[in-house]
Amino acid sequence: MAQTLLRLEDLHTQFFTGRGVVKAVDGVSLHIDVGETLGIVGESGCGKTITALSVLRLVPEPGKIVSGKIEFRGQDVTKMDDEEIRDFRGNDVAMIFQDPMTSLNPVTKVGFQIEEAMTAHNRFSSSAAKSRVIELLKRVRVPAAESRVKDYPHQFSGGMRQRAMIAMGLANEPSLLIADEPTTALDVTVQAQIIQLMKQLNRELGTAMMLITHNMALVASLCQRVVVMYAGRVVEEGPVEQIFTSPQHPYTWSLLRSVPRVDEARKDRLVSIRGLPPDLVNPPPGCKFHPRCPFVIDRCRVEPEPPLEQVATNQVARCWVLMSNVKEEDIAAAKTSALSLDAAKILKQDLAVAPVDEVPSNAGN
Amino acid sequence: MQATEKAPVTSVKADPVLLRVQGAFKHFPISGLGGLSVRAVDGVDLEIRRGETLGLVGESGCGKSTLARLITALLPVTAGKIILDGQDITRLRGRKLRRVRRKMQMIFQDPFASLDPRMTVGGILQEPLDNFGIGSGSDRTRRVQELLRLVGLNPNFNNRYPHEFSGGQRQRIGIARALAVNPSFIVCDEAVSALDVSIQAQIINLLQDLQNEFNLTYLFIAHDLAVVRHLSDRIAVMYLGKVVETADRNDIYDRPQHPYTKALLSSIPVPDPVVERDRAPISLKGEIPSPVNPPSGCRFHPRCPIARAPGVCSEVEPLLEPHGARDQSAACHFAGQA
Repeated sequence: MAQTLLRLEDLHTQFFTGRGVVKAVDGVSLHIDVGETLGIVGESGCGKTITALSVLRLVPEPGKIVSGKIEFRGQDVTKMDDEEIRDFRGNDVAMIFQDPMTSLNPVTKVGFQIEEAMTAHNRFSSSAAKSRVIELLKRVRVPAAESRVKDYPHQFSGGMRQRAMIAMGLANEPSLLIADEPTTALDVTVQAQIIQLMKQLNRELGTAMMLITHNMALVASLCQRVVVMYAGRVVEEGPVEQIFTSPQHPYTWSLLRSVPRVDEARKDRLVSIRGLPPDLVNPPPGCKFHPRCPFVIDRCRVEPEPPLEQVATNQVARCWVLMSNVKEEDIAAAKTSALSLDAAKILKQDLAVAPVDEVPSNAGN
Repeated sequence: MQATEKAPVTSVKADPVLLRVQGAFKHFPISGLGGLSVRAVDGVDLEIRRGETLGLVGESGCGKSTLARLITALLPVTAGKIILDGQDITRLRGRKLRRVRRKMQMIFQDPFASLDPRMTVGGILQEPLDNFGIGSGSDRTRRVQELLRLVGLNPNFNNRYPHEFSGGQRQRIGIARALAVNPSFIVCDEAVSALDVSIQAQIINLLQDLQNEFNLTYLFIAHDLAVVRHLSDRIAVMYLGKVVETADRNDIYDRPQHPYTKALLSSIPVPDPVVERDRAPISLKGEIPSPVNPPSGCRFHPRCPIARAPGVCSEVEPLLEPHGARDQSAACHFAGQA
């Protein structure tokens, strides 16, 4: 049995806005073992970033952790005093953000920023920190690290800035690295390099990772386990291979089929999830996914939200229907066209009346 | 796909090629640097056939968006020809240019920045109709409502403002605006990149349905190769201002001839953990060089895993020539050998 590093229990984080209370994280429970890589997936606004920020107690105003437990190595993060939380951030857990352009200080040299991350936590003496900077930049494979430490962020390319961010995150040898969309802002070839780097660091240093992303392919590439979030709730969780081969929640199923695969030749239609993510001030009754679910039944609308129940070994899902019970023809129907064909017909009739001007063409071509 | 068989109503000749780009260059001079310029598009030849979708891919800064703006005559070319329906549009001005503009429209990346926040949706959709004098006043109002219905929005929303809509809905408005004047050719510049995955799928499906319904020709520009492969019939890969490979969407994936294409394709993760375990991305050395001063010979040679440099690769610029499958071309001295 692997040792649990981080455990969230029934975490509620809410934002108190003029419009009402936004339940951004609504009773999330999850855990990460030592050295494990966990993916948290979902669309914008599903609460995945706020879950991560809650772990670090960095929820921005007017947000607040309302209830629940965050246990790191058995210690409750929500009860830490200022001194303890400072020590916890950086030394135990580090976070890298989506946008490497805005996460670095533009007027300070990159090397100094990494050094600062170490001296601030008193883990290394200032001379040790200084010599570690180059070593760290080499570890994240910044070329010519010796001369690059004196560069400013604007002299780094996007990929190099993200490497510098990762170096900073790793500076105090944390046991958990939280990466929030670490490759979204990067070009594909650079993205591949960063993924390779993160894989390597996880293997070599045994750093556990919480990867927050909307990109299912990234999860497939990097993670051992995956948590799917929708409207502030965990809707499915399980080992990556199981979730990808037999997702049980219709939301997970739709997410996986809404992205085309580069290695697939078929020009099959994508599954598009109708409608929009719900308003978290007034979430729909019953299952929160029911207004968008292609396989909705009456029970989903009427009864209270389904519980997170075991659907296979190590796999849980929050659904009354489950994909294993959905018929083939219903799956086919979920892929049909949403185009308004009668509107298209009327528009075409209009065109017959007002044809496009003929532009004279060059005869010789 | 099947759309290629149907001859569009507007064409006189049966020329299968709708748009030809011939030796197009776009250099942006840098002031104060003594005649230096950013060579954003540096000698591109390309064909787009009627009813097809041509996917244009490449990393940021490779010149794909500049090429799109040359094709739509939003930027003047430094040199070269853009031939639409047999007519060179690079020298057109005034009324003649306006007439051509009606045939081609553009859908932009950012649905937040590409709609005027002070205009109602009805106003935004009616503007192109007013602009080109299409129909009478009541025709236009009706057409705006049909356009909204076509892209899956409530026709009664025409009095609302862009901020009242979500990103996906705004992108639908952008698509409706492009369709308003009944174009035959639409350039989609990263049209789905800014959207959430589920919404992205809605827009991709909508674009495909509209193409089948109205026999549209698309130039689809994106950095997401999976989306491009899904939507396109043919794909062109750009690197540092030049097209390095073109081919059928399946050939380019199964048998890439250019080492850059191969590296690009290998770096895309696949949403399948079993495939991912064995996928070995080809990692390229260094970064994209500056388009102000591109490398000699083949522009890709400093990063190329198979380049012979010093040698032919650093001395002679390769031409885009047939290699590999039918309809496939690559600009590489050692095409197919990576």
